[in-house]
Amino acid sequence: MTAEFGLAALWLAAALAALQLVAGALALTERAAAMGDVVRPVAVVQGLLALLAFAALIRVFAVTDLSVKLVALNSHSMKPLIFKIAGAWGNHEGSMLLWVTIMGLAGGFVALVERRLPERTMLATLAGQAFVSLGFYAFLLIASNPFERLDPVPAEGNGLNPLLQDLGLAFHPPTLYIGYVGLSIAFGFAIGALVTREVGPAFARAMRPWVLGAWIFLTLGITAGSYWAYYELGWGGWWFWDPVENASLMPWLAATALLHSASVLASRNALRAWTVMLGVVAFSMSMIGTFLVRSGILTSVHAFAVDPERGSFILALLAINIGGALTLFGLRASTVTEGERFAVVSREGALVINNVLLSAILGIVLFGTLYPLFAEALGAKVSVGPPYFNPMTALFFVPMLVVLAAGPLLRWRRDDLGRFGKRLFLPLALVVTVALALLLIGGVGVLPFVGLAMGAGLALASFLPLRDRNLRRTPLPIWGMVTAHFGVAVALLGMASESAFSIEKLVAVHAGETTAVGPWLVRLDAVEPVAGPNWTALEAKLKVRYSDARPTTMRPQARSFWAPPQQTSESALLTRWNGQLYAVLGEEATDGRWQLRLWWKPFVTLIWLGGFLIALGGLLSMFGRIASDLRRIVARGKIAYRRERQGR
Amino acid sequence: MTGIGGGLGIKAKHQRLVLLVIALVVLIGAGLLAAWALRNQASYFYVPSEIVAKPPSPDRAVRLGGMVEKGSLHGAPDGVTIDFVVGDGKARVPVRFAGIVPSLFVEGSGVVAEGKMGADGTFIADNLLAKHDEKYVPREMQDMTTDQAKKVVAETK
Repeated sequence: MTAEFGLAALWLAAALAALQLVAGALALTERAAAMGDVVRPVAVVQGLLALLAFAALIRVFAVTDLSVKLVALNSHSMKPLIFKIAGAWGNHEGSMLLWVTIMGLAGGFVALVERRLPERTMLATLAGQAFVSLGFYAFLLIASNPFERLDPVPAEGNGLNPLLQDLGLAFHPPTLYIGYVGLSIAFGFAIGALVTREVGPAFARAMRPWVLGAWIFLTLGITAGSYWAYYELGWGGWWFWDPVENASLMPWLAATALLHSASVLASRNALRAWTVMLGVVAFSMSMIGTFLVRSGILTSVHAFAVDPERGSFILALLAINIGGALTLFGLRASTVTEGERFAVVSREGALVINNVLLSAILGIVLFGTLYPLFAEALGAKVSVGPPYFNPMTALFFVPMLVVLAAGPLLRWRRDDLGRFGKRLFLPLALVVTVALALLLIGGVGVLPFVGLAMGAGLALASFLPLRDRNLRRTPLPIWGMVTAHFGVAVALLGMASESAFSIEKLVAVHAGETTAVGPWLVRLDAVEPVAGPNWTALEAKLKVRYSDARPTTMRPQARSFWAPPQQTSESALLTRWNGQLYAVLGEEATDGRWQLRLWWKPFVTLIWLGGFLIALGGLLSMFGRIASDLRRIVARGKIAYRRERQGR
Repeated sequence: MTGIGGGLGIKAKHQRLVLLVIALVVLIGAGLLAAWALRNQASYFYVPSEIVAKPPSPDRAVRLGGMVEKGSLHGAPDGVTIDFVVGDGKARVPVRFAGIVPSLFVEGSGVVAEGKMGADGTFIADNLLAKHDEKYVPREMQDMTTDQAKKVVAETK
């Protein structure tokens, strides 16, 4: 029954989305303006119905109702409960349902609380949002029904890909989806503003918390995904330029640009058309990301189903949404009046250049990701990897870092280059010092060299905006900016250090033998069989010692899952303040030796610490904005109340 | 430098123009660079007969896909290096790999090796992709098993 209930809720939600679209669009005309009253409540109920459908899916997964096809294909009664629940979105249909649920809830929330924009713009926004949702509802109901029944009922389920049976999975996809869908709200606002030609600071302020929220979740999702790949795949790398990783990076790049241009529009009333354009681009990147990951066009742990019908469906949705939005933009862009003017050397100017550089990086990643697909359509097999992505993105990332360090030190509207140069003296001196020190050490590659020097300079420069401020009275968004920019420096230092100073060792050893990797001594004590809830494994006991510190034990495993039958290698990590030791157990050689792959990665953890700092910066900024919005609303309420009393 | 940061008014139009030109130059530059780099650096997929007929230069990363020949797999004394032969029924390429092999890597099954062609005709692999399970097949391998594998089977019989 639960499955039918969920399906019914889903159909109803889709019908309400249709109503929301029609009513919203009609209400924009003079005659049917009264229709506008239903739009907000409908949006709220639509979100709640989608949530009900999702809850029904969680329920059938939690009780392992094998008569539901999706459960039978992707779950197993012996799986731990947390992975049963996470399994609900660890597959194509469930993840799309999660997508529409988050989208519906976000739309409902906007309908409930957003009162700053003109009502017509709100109606257009909610109608635009319903249009996008409707496409996804259609996709779910027609091409990927998550509640389909199975007859006869199988005795047992297929199980979940063991690579995905990890706590990281429970939170990684929902986090990214919230990010993707948050951008759909920004997209909705952009459409609304274009339809009613109300592109101004009010639009940017309404959109900003959504962009910030989406951006925070994308940052966290990418950071978590990178760490997951690092320890779960056992390859020692933290970023592979895998199309699926790029699919999450591209919306992040667009959202970063949008965030900065929206703040220019909100506070300086400039960059109007550009901000709207970025709003469209950011969500387009989310959709392209979903298409790449979910269409089965790529092969990876993320590509759940290879089904051409679904691929074409998502592609059609993509074309309709992006094409429609770009057409609307093309028609209306000329009517968006020019904003306030500013000089090239100014905070706005720096933000424009930052936006341009981010867009360039976005373009490079997009080309590199799509090129193999186009080439394959033409019959050539091509794979694009780090030899393309690393130097090409670095080429634009390095100047962007300069702008990132310099921009916050510039004044709004216009500034003087001479005065500005003095402010940058200290960080520049630090960059030169670090560069000289690295030259003395020698043996550091070009990219890590640049990364270490720039990272050090940026770490210092990111705090300079606080220099002439009273720290207690510094607004939260400024703290947010400082934290996020510092986070970029920290992550950069981690990446550069990992690539410059990592030591790798591949050996085959007998039990009792000791091997050295960097400052570590590693002794293989024994290899023993162990068992888990749905797997058995060979586990190596490694005694490891950092120079003269106390020895510790590490236990890397080679796991065999039996539902579905598959082997994975569980790496073991040992974290110190100055880096991580990474151990992977390989095969047994014929003479009783065991293969071990060991890495010592100095300061590698800074990569993810930096990611968290960036997200924290976003959070501080969002809190600051929301707090000041609330204060403004309260103040306005008081004035209105006073007027009313005087009026009497 | 006060000239650039200086007056607004009429000059402001020029200021916008300067930014617009910078933006266009950077974006077009990025596009051209990307196109150039993709033509140059994309690594291609080879089957043994192709790589033998026209070997790629030793500094270029490529992928080699084929069947691991039965009886060709040997472990080196260091315990971590393996040698094997990848064939497609028409040509055979010796491959050397140091590392932990994927669990489903066995003789007689398909493999995609990532690496570079050595000057002596041995392919030095730094990564091996094996068929994990029927749900996760490297994309090149899928075609390999349909097109080449059928041929391989037909020709070896």
